[in-house]
Amino acid sequence: MSDLRKVKVDGKEVEVPAHYTLLQACEEAGAEIPRFCFHERLSIAGNCRMCLVELKGAPKPIASCAWGVRDCRPGPNGEPPEVITRSPTVKKAREGVLEFLLINHPLDCPICDQGGECDLQDQTMAYGVDASRFHENKRAVEDKYIGPLVKTWMNRCIHCTRCIRFTTEVAGVAELGATGRGEDMEITTYLEHAMTSELQSNVVDLCPVGALTSRPYAFKARPWELSKTESIDVMDALGSNIRVDARGKEVMRILPRMNEAVNEEWISDKARHIVDGLRTQRLDRPYVRVDGRLRPATWQEAFAAIAARAKGADGKRIGAIAGDLATVEEMFALKLLMASLGSPNLDCRQDGAMLDPALGRGAYLFNATVEGIEAADALLIIGSNPRKEAPVLNARIRKRWRLGNFPVAVIGEPADLTYPYRHLGAGPDSLSRLAAGEEDFLDVLKAAKRPLVIVGQGAIARPDGAAVLSAAARLAAGLESADPEWVGFSVLHTAAARVGGLDIGFVPGESGLSTAGMIEAAGNGGLDTLFLLGADEIDMRALGSAFVVYVGTHGDAGAHRADVILPGAAFSEKSGLYVNTEGRVQIALRATFPPGDAREDWSILRALSGILGEPLPFDSLAELRAKLARAHPHLAYIDTIEPGEAAHVRALAEQGGEPGQAPFASPIRDFYLTNPIARASAVMAECSALHLGPPAAEAAE
Amino acid sequence: MLADKDRIFTNIYGLHDRGLKGARKRGAWDGTKGFIDKGRDWIIAEMKASGLRGRGGAGFPTGLKWSFMPKESDGRPHYLVVNADESEPGTCKDRDIMRHDPHLLIEGCLIASFAMGAHACYIYIRGEYIREREALQAAIDECYEAGLIGPNNVHGWDFDCYVSHGAGAYICGEETALLESLEGKKGMPRLKPPFPANMGLYGCPTTVNNVESIAVAPTILRRGAAWFAGFGRENNTGTKLFCISGHVNRPCTVEEEMSIPFRELVERHCGGIRGGWDNLLAIIPGGSSVPVVPAHQCDDLLMDFDALRAVKSGLGTAAVIVMDKSTDIVRAIARISYFYKHESCGQCTPCREGTGWMWRVLERMARGEAEKREIDMLLEVTYQVEGHTICALGDAAAWPVQGLIRHFRPEIEKRIDEYAARPRPTPSEILQAAE
Repeated sequence: MSDLRKVKVDGKEVEVPAHYTLLQACEEAGAEIPRFCFHERLSIAGNCRMCLVELKGAPKPIASCAWGVRDCRPGPNGEPPEVITRSPTVKKAREGVLEFLLINHPLDCPICDQGGECDLQDQTMAYGVDASRFHENKRAVEDKYIGPLVKTWMNRCIHCTRCIRFTTEVAGVAELGATGRGEDMEITTYLEHAMTSELQSNVVDLCPVGALTSRPYAFKARPWELSKTESIDVMDALGSNIRVDARGKEVMRILPRMNEAVNEEWISDKARHIVDGLRTQRLDRPYVRVDGRLRPATWQEAFAAIAARAKGADGKRIGAIAGDLATVEEMFALKLLMASLGSPNLDCRQDGAMLDPALGRGAYLFNATVEGIEAADALLIIGSNPRKEAPVLNARIRKRWRLGNFPVAVIGEPADLTYPYRHLGAGPDSLSRLAAGEEDFLDVLKAAKRPLVIVGQGAIARPDGAAVLSAAARLAAGLESADPEWVGFSVLHTAAARVGGLDIGFVPGESGLSTAGMIEAAGNGGLDTLFLLGADEIDMRALGSAFVVYVGTHGDAGAHRADVILPGAAFSEKSGLYVNTEGRVQIALRATFPPGDAREDWSILRALSGILGEPLPFDSLAELRAKLARAHPHLAYIDTIEPGEAAHVRALAEQGGEPGQAPFASPIRDFYLTNPIARASAVMAECSALHLGPPAAEAAE
Repeated sequence: MLADKDRIFTNIYGLHDRGLKGARKRGAWDGTKGFIDKGRDWIIAEMKASGLRGRGGAGFPTGLKWSFMPKESDGRPHYLVVNADESEPGTCKDRDIMRHDPHLLIEGCLIASFAMGAHACYIYIRGEYIREREALQAAIDECYEAGLIGPNNVHGWDFDCYVSHGAGAYICGEETALLESLEGKKGMPRLKPPFPANMGLYGCPTTVNNVESIAVAPTILRRGAAWFAGFGRENNTGTKLFCISGHVNRPCTVEEEMSIPFRELVERHCGGIRGGWDNLLAIIPGGSSVPVVPAHQCDDLLMDFDALRAVKSGLGTAAVIVMDKSTDIVRAIARISYFYKHESCGQCTPCREGTGWMWRVLERMARGEAEKREIDMLLEVTYQVEGHTICALGDAAAWPVQGLIRHFRPEIEKRIDEYAARPRPTPSEILQAAE
């Protein structure tokens, strides 16, 4: 795409790629073009007419968003086409359009949630007039129900169709549309059902006015009262970049932040709407189980209870499991603590995924990278439902599919992924059939320049996971890629903490027990003390009489089983590192403080270490991070990826093993309720109930 | 006046057999193979030489339009689409062609398709034209049966012709909205560029032509470009179907020479204006979308593209709406305004919001319930709509209003004065009466 063209914008000459639109060319030249309907990531609609500019030689003002640079004709002597953005004609045209937009737009900014961050408000400051010439009645439009997350206020709609284009193009559900014609056109889901996309809330950000607003956030706060903190989403392993907006000590809302390499500018509904889950069911003081019942306690009492059991105990009879939302620092601290206690029993894979960090990073990363999906030209998905496991990543796959020539095949549960695919089978035997060349999709993969093989947790979080993983690696390693840099073998994780945990080796040491081993040992008395760092997804009933110390945030499964509860900080309440599924190190900043007596997890572990024996060698988060960076240098480089190597994949391929017969099942049974924060959220519960359908009528009735 | 021997549409009134046999008797399908043998370039050159300008309203030279199609296919098929979605109020020429002289259209489709390398032609017919659709389909079936069209036809150019019908939206007569509708989508105009000649129906090179433009092509080729160019003034050549409606004694559709004086047209074919020439108030010369022309400009008005443009109107589809002095011109334009408000597709802002605004103000003005400064405001609104929209519907909605204000401002002012002078109960009186 080195086809550059010269364009003159307001007398300033710029050179831009020929595929640019005039709007982009004008921005390149520093001219600001107002727009409502245009959006970089959506198709061009050209319907708001706000971006009109003058093009020398064109009889009428043209919509700059829809006019390509290559469509401009050069002047008579070959001089570059000239665009004028500041002439009186242009100003007049834009003022005219704005007036039209305003005549039927209610003057309800004081009660509109978009107030303060409304494109129409902003443009009115630039192109509006103070009085209306429109003396007729304004149009009234009935509000539509389009789901529990998006509130509609259709009088305000300016028909830019961004929401329609987003749902059909990016989210892949053709559920929003327009009915009616002319000024009677209305945006609706036709039959007023809820949208079914996991990305639907992004239409709130896209809506340039207050027609679509966030329902859970309705009338909660004004944008100028909120302190904005950059953070990382922990609801899935993609590590979407988010902004946490807080007022005082309360998180009010979560918005996406742009990161082209990760989430572009989308986030999933779960990332956005767990906000109320950060408030409810919180553990705000330590608890100690006395006579079978949890009693509130002080930190000293809690620590004393732990010391009574664990101090001086045999390290082999102590274990630790890290949960899915833990930061790298606290896992590192816990690992050091376990080492000082002499315990080799630690694991960050609470779902039992058979990933071995000893083989190198390439053995467990999403090696192709998220951005690399767009470069891939064939895709095999093994045991994963990316739409549920990482909706934004799935949107990236769909984006690649929309460009065409992208054959996709799935081995595992058939599901609606928003793009068509070939279903090759359900389990490991289908994988071996494919690898043996019994499916012609192997030829497709072999013919591809950059074949992508995504392995989901559904394929590897099972007893024969190691063999399946190895078989998948063997298949991927056997595909010759035209691009020597390309490593197509990609593991799609579901837990935000997982890659970080594997990076620092939070896995069983020499003769240590894995998650399953620890649970079994706890059940039969082989393990006395078990530390759970926010681990709630294991079978608590199987822990027998072991002494369970739960460090976490919510009154979830782990807290119910715990003998001592140490209240920690949720992701929005601490600064921490997360490593996403592609191995990108990202930092989340603290937006608010933990509630009540709760503390940041690393400091809890530091304090605990002093009680149990030798204090851990750091007194601040900075010192902890310095230690971490010395031990694992790549974790010091924020927003970069230390790539895995093809050799790691080959090493994994050589592991071998005999896969079983059971079909792959997605680890996500209910997208909306995958972690303690989401389970504490009433909004997520509503979504989940809606998604699962009405409960079956009680038989007794 | 056009002599009978020079008429292209010899069965426009349906007095003769409209079937293949009758059409052949009148000259249709005569020598078609010969034109095709002479090749594409000859046909396009002949069309250009005839000076035929598109009969759908915009008046774009037809031969030139055909020449825009890529000479060689890049692998994509080419398409001819015939716009038979004749919805412009006042216009009723295409329906007469389709129900009485359909073979001229089908022959034209074949020739035009050959000239642009298309093997398939879609005729998008207005939904309300049910009998016309039947007549056209019957004619197409006849042609298939006779081997005139279809695969391996006698002309040596494989050609299929399909009739598709709309659902009654005016906007689907806009060429790109028509293509959208033909593809099964909502009829909303596309952004241009890319133009249909590059990316049209299903993303393939496409030319969209009016029924009349296509239907006159075979006769032009048969009788020669020079014959056709011999009618009318320079740049406005040929014969044209005029549809005269309104306050004339005998409304009719008639084929006449271009550039015929308006007065001659109505007096010869329509029996004159109702109540005599002096009773004329104004005319809308080209379908509802062009500005009105007041009576005093009609005395020696020529009916062609350039002459009407000179009086700030347009020939449009040559659907002449005649209004005598009994007409309430403000109400008439308000009604037209309502039509455009009703038919606006709602895609782009100026048209969606502007058409409703213009209509509401005009409705009040028709009653006189307005203020004089609103006249200028209304005019300004029309300029805010005109030229700022995706398609020409915005322009079409603005022009009639502009024409009204340009020529009948005193009428509007008079009405406002009368309304203001009429004694009306004050709000307090209304309250008293209610008690």
